[in-house]
Amino acid sequence: MIDIIIKNLPILVVLTPLMMSLIVVLISNNFLSWLLTLFTTLITLIFSLLLYQEVYLHTAISYALGNWVPPLGIEYLIDKVSIIPIIIIALISFLATFFASKIMPAEINNSSISKVYSLWLLAIAGLIGLVTTGDAFNLFVFLEISSLASVALVAMGGQKDKQALVAAYNYLILGAIGATFYVIGVGLLYGITGTLNLADLSNRIAEISDNKALIAGFGFMVIGIMLKAAVFPLHIWLPRAYAYAPSAVSVLLAATATKASLYILARILFSVFDISDNLVTYTLQYIILPLSILAMFAGTIMAIYEKDIKRLLAHSSIAQIGYITLAFAIGTKASVAAGFIHLFNHALIKGALFMAITSMGFYINKRITINNLSGLGRAMPITFVCFVICSLSLAGIPLTAGFISKLYIIKASISADGIWIAFLILASSALSVVYLWKMIEALWFHESPKEPNIKEKPEIYIALLMITFLNIYFGLDASIVVNSSFEAANQLLGVQK
Amino acid sequence: MISLETYILITILPPLIVCLVTPFLSNNANLRDFLGPLGGIISSYGALEIMNAVLEGKAPSLKLLQIADGIKIGFEVTPLGAIFGLVASVLWIFAAIYSVGYMRGNQEKNQTRFYTFYAMAVHAALCIAYSGDLLTLFIFYEVLTFSTYPLVAHKQNELAQKAGRLYMSILVGSSVIFLLPAIIWVWVITGSLEMSKNGVLDGNISYEYAPYLLAMFVFGIGKAALIPIHKWLPAAMVAPTPVSALLHAVAVVKAGVFTMLLILTNVFGIDFLSKTGASTWLIWLASFTLLITSIIAIYKDDIKARLAYSTISQLSYITLGGALASAMATQGAVLHIITHAAGKITLFFVAGAIYVGAKMSKISELNGHGKSMPLIFLAFFIGSLSIIGVPPMAGSWSKFFLMLGAAESGYLFVLVVFSISTILNAYYLMEIPARAFFLKKDKEIKVKIPTLIIIPILCTCFLTIILFFTMEPFQNLTSIMVN
Repeated sequence: MIDIIIKNLPILVVLTPLMMSLIVVLISNNFLSWLLTLFTTLITLIFSLLLYQEVYLHTAISYALGNWVPPLGIEYLIDKVSIIPIIIIALISFLATFFASKIMPAEINNSSISKVYSLWLLAIAGLIGLVTTGDAFNLFVFLEISSLASVALVAMGGQKDKQALVAAYNYLILGAIGATFYVIGVGLLYGITGTLNLADLSNRIAEISDNKALIAGFGFMVIGIMLKAAVFPLHIWLPRAYAYAPSAVSVLLAATATKASLYILARILFSVFDISDNLVTYTLQYIILPLSILAMFAGTIMAIYEKDIKRLLAHSSIAQIGYITLAFAIGTKASVAAGFIHLFNHALIKGALFMAITSMGFYINKRITINNLSGLGRAMPITFVCFVICSLSLAGIPLTAGFISKLYIIKASISADGIWIAFLILASSALSVVYLWKMIEALWFHESPKEPNIKEKPEIYIALLMITFLNIYFGLDASIVVNSSFEAANQLLGVQK
Repeated sequence: MISLETYILITILPPLIVCLVTPFLSNNANLRDFLGPLGGIISSYGALEIMNAVLEGKAPSLKLLQIADGIKIGFEVTPLGAIFGLVASVLWIFAAIYSVGYMRGNQEKNQTRFYTFYAMAVHAALCIAYSGDLLTLFIFYEVLTFSTYPLVAHKQNELAQKAGRLYMSILVGSSVIFLLPAIIWVWVITGSLEMSKNGVLDGNISYEYAPYLLAMFVFGIGKAALIPIHKWLPAAMVAPTPVSALLHAVAVVKAGVFTMLLILTNVFGIDFLSKTGASTWLIWLASFTLLITSIIAIYKDDIKARLAYSTISQLSYITLGGALASAMATQGAVLHIITHAAGKITLFFVAGAIYVGAKMSKISELNGHGKSMPLIFLAFFIGSLSIIGVPPMAGSWSKFFLMLGAAESGYLFVLVVFSISTILNAYYLMEIPARAFFLKKDKEIKVKIPTLIIIPILCTCFLTIILFFTMEPFQNLTSIMVN
């Protein structure tokens, strides 16, 4: 039995949430549907951890779907690179589900809760599938599954605030454009090479030189994924979607959705195409690098002037995505590894911040703007302390996970003779303290008109405590994250063709 | 037989324990307030033992935590660190007693929070003193900044919040934007975060880049308060006086100049600096800061503001001593850490005593009050003499060595700078006891100073005199450091 599970792990991490989403929708009891969802995400998390162990035993696991041997059949490929986003998604979805128990019923009508959880699992399945698959077209399928499920989830926020519908519509249209671009790119590449398997594609592309269709295909794919990953200036769908989605959904999406796409971006740039190729080098140097720097500052500055806290955090995400793409754009092994370190850490940070803010929103039962925060920190000390710790982590203060990522990104940029990049990164992270401080000051120092009487509920703060703990833990013992990320970078850039 | 590792823990843990226990003792004020001096005594004992070990040529070390490959939190005591650790822990005893008198006498709010973060700051300062590598140093440097914020903004009014914001933005901003990349730069070029006695840069960096790297360190270490990153120190004076006394005359600012000296000696290396001249510009900047802030101090009527500018000026002595890149000057700089600490903490204690006892904070109000508070004005007088550098006060030693160093390194204009500054010191510090003793009283004020305030003042005042006669072990330590 165990053997069979181990052997089929690559498909199980995708199938478990996918199948369970079909079952959850049938359950009418809200609590049961939540419990089943939690159970599913827990199983998925366990599977993904087992998978981590397996990957490090065998360096890479190739799984032929339906026993059709790749490149003909669909291949699920799990190596040291893809295991990182798998763990991120599985971990965050478990924590987010745990967090959702009391938050979800407060925002969603009783009748639709099981549907929401079904969509929830579907989105998770889509995201994990996205990073597991080794097939370009299958990837498109999962991209669509996760996008459509996420759009529906965002739209669920419409039960409380009609703005969510506009946000979801935006998200849908732009997501569709992104996916279409991607599939056009895949089509072009398929036309040239005749294969959809990513590994095979990579081998055949290496043999082709100077082909206009190849360049066009590359362009379409990269831009499509950049839109999905909300790389500046293709980010406009993101702030609204995160801001108006139901609280728990914001947590899930903010911490996972763009991470999966960023992983795909790295895969396309470094693995399908080749870093030594001029095409990739120019794209990194002249497109992604400047855009990332713009993202870092634009995102941070927008966050400073933002009054709505969920939007503020979304803007901050755009800046943080900038750090990750910047690390990718530098293009050395150390920098790509740093990108993956931040990919992981940022998921923890942003997940935690959204949890803290949305639970404050739950207690005061209002939209959370900077004015509504006055004095809330004193009324809910546990949530506030977690919020402060994770803010410090976002700002990159020592002894938190965020510091580790910043340390490695800066080290990588200095090693690559880019000390000016290091300055820009640090300047933008110093700016990020401004908006973090704005919130902390409001929470703690501002007097509220009437002192809110709030009793913090363990169902809500336990998940927050767990994720905050992880933020500190991975700041004190980062070796697993750092080593895995360096292994991933080695695998991505190691074999120079 | 207690191992050296344990002594490190005996030194750094008491303040941490005090910090963790204090929040639970808000209902038992006496026990809570007793913890500080007790912790100080235990810490000082550890620091003393460590200093003895270092004097015997040992280097106590302790690895606390391996974060990832090449990144760790660990301690390794250098002679410089042993000195700073001893200074911070011994003065903590007096400052802790003084705080009790001050906070109670002044009926301050949120005393539990105050003591919690006060101990946290001392812990951070001690960890800085003993840090074994650049990253540990950086981490506790930041911890120190963050733990002092609640103390600066203690009063929670508009002014305190504004000052707190300025304090944080300058200290955090400078350290994150300049200090961190400088440390990582060293990491990249030398391959590790370790420091060594004679510097690690020689042969790893080309001579033209060295001044830039040094500039990143100098402007990153905001706590050393060189112009133009000195504004946070006067701003921090809104804090209750025990904070200004221990933290903004000893722990925080000395952590700044300590870091500066450590970087100059153990990262760059004195030989490397004198060979490349990488620190020549720093001599000019420090001299400039030294003179300008002495002049500004003359125009400040608020006692604490005047002392703050005086502190900035005195910190520049230390930076200047390091930048001169001569053995003598470095020794003088290190000794100045000790002597200035003892002198300046006395002056701040007195400023606080006047505030608690007579509700006065302006120098122009002090006329003729010497007779009602003779002891504390006498203490102020003695502390001032030490800072000015008059024997038999401790301060004369460090000034003597600094001047010798200036002559040794060949920068003779520095001697002139020292002389002018001494005159300015005398002018702005002596005005205070002079007004108190020689001018006529404007109005009668009932003076009542708690005993718990007077005792520490007398102790630290006495210390400035004792130190004059017991400088030898410290001087031995500094010669271990430069040879």
